[in-house]
Amino acid sequence: MQAKPVTLKILDVFSIITLAVSAYLALVFAPTELVMGDVQRVFYFHIGTAWTALLGFILAAVLSVIYLVSKDLKWDRLQVAAIEVSLVFFFITIVLGSIWARPAWNTWWTWDPRLTTAAVTELIYIAYFMLRQGLDDPERRARFGAVYALIGGLSAPITFFAIRLYRTIHPVVIGGNNPEAEGGFAMSADMRVAFFFALFAFTIIFIDLFWNRVRLGALENKVEQLKLKVTM
Amino acid sequence: MAEQRTNSRPPKGNFIKAVSAVVWKDLQAEFRSRELFSAMLVFSLLIILIFNFALELDVKTRQSVTAGVLWATFAFAGTLGLNRSMAIEKDRGCLDGLLLAPVDRSASYFGKVISNLAFMLIVEIIVLPVYSVLYNINLFQPGLLLVILLGSIGYVGVGTLLAAMSVQTRTRDILLPILLFPVVIPVLLAAVKASTGYLEGLEFSEILSPLSLLIAYDVIFIAVAFMVFDSVVEE
Repeated sequence: MQAKPVTLKILDVFSIITLAVSAYLALVFAPTELVMGDVQRVFYFHIGTAWTALLGFILAAVLSVIYLVSKDLKWDRLQVAAIEVSLVFFFITIVLGSIWARPAWNTWWTWDPRLTTAAVTELIYIAYFMLRQGLDDPERRARFGAVYALIGGLSAPITFFAIRLYRTIHPVVIGGNNPEAEGGFAMSADMRVAFFFALFAFTIIFIDLFWNRVRLGALENKVEQLKLKVTM
Repeated sequence: MAEQRTNSRPPKGNFIKAVSAVVWKDLQAEFRSRELFSAMLVFSLLIILIFNFALELDVKTRQSVTAGVLWATFAFAGTLGLNRSMAIEKDRGCLDGLLLAPVDRSASYFGKVISNLAFMLIVEIIVLPVYSVLYNINLFQPGLLLVILLGSIGYVGVGTLLAAMSVQTRTRDILLPILLFPVVIPVLLAAVKASTGYLEGLEFSEILSPLSLLIAYDVIFIAVAFMVFDSVVEE
């Protein structure tokens, strides 16, 4: 078995440090928002996880195309890793959003375009793993996974536009001005520091987890092949 | 191998012939057994019956939920048909025969889409008057029929592709709705919105956006399914 690469080890440590710094910035350094109070601090991690998760889903759709063209199982391992990490990050986004929504909107959940799309996206990628579980042949599993991730990746943004036909109350903090949005606010300079650092921190953490997961996938693959050799 | 396939690919006129052969085969088999059609139809009527009790469809609620009830019915009955139509191919090894035929594989995709669409439309054509009679609502409006056609095309286009995948898995009996529903949500949303618009007699400008969304979805997903179908049935 090959040892864990040194760069990955360094990245592991680095991502723990950035998470700690980001938590400090979000929970202590950033000023308390005037209207919403401390619950607004959820926002930093909410956006951090949402941003990386969406990036991961887009990456997965791109990897689908690459796999379907090249048929190299390496890309399939990258795709599984991207979707798995993104699925968890997106779940964190939804939970944090709900915690914020309870005092801000006076409800845990509302069928707003963003929230609904988030829920549907989670379901799409859960279905992705259920599909993979039902297949034994790794090559077919990879093919079907790629097709489904492609269809899902196309459908999620269309779902968003479809629900836009109805109204939205979700605030858009960066470059948005929806008069119907509730709970929007303007960021102060210190908040901006915490915000951009959270984005940076979660990107690093995502890359670290992604890399670890890809490595795990490669090891899994090796074990599977060794098992085949033993049984033959 | 790839080269061989391009060489053996027949000229273009045969594509339509191949598609219609697949459609004809499905329709004829269905005409003899009537398994799929009767199951879908009875199932649809049962769903409407259940909705009647679940939602207390009195005169007031009827107006606002009719489109939703209809589309939920079509969606559920649709999975039944899609699953069965692909399972038949898989069970008796017919799919392999279909794939061995010296025609472009997308021809079998389009053939399957058209025959599934035909089954679904026939069921819808029967459900609509039944619903109209039971609940005293006139559902025979050209606009609504157009929405039903567009919605069914999108639903069946994606559904046929996903059914071709799900029948090849170990969990084939339960997987299709789980795969299909999250990705057809845009179709159902837009279709319900447009249908409600027509039933409530709204201005065309208000129905235009869900209608164009339906058309966009149909075009995008049938194009994608056409491109990836090869990798779904590859052995």
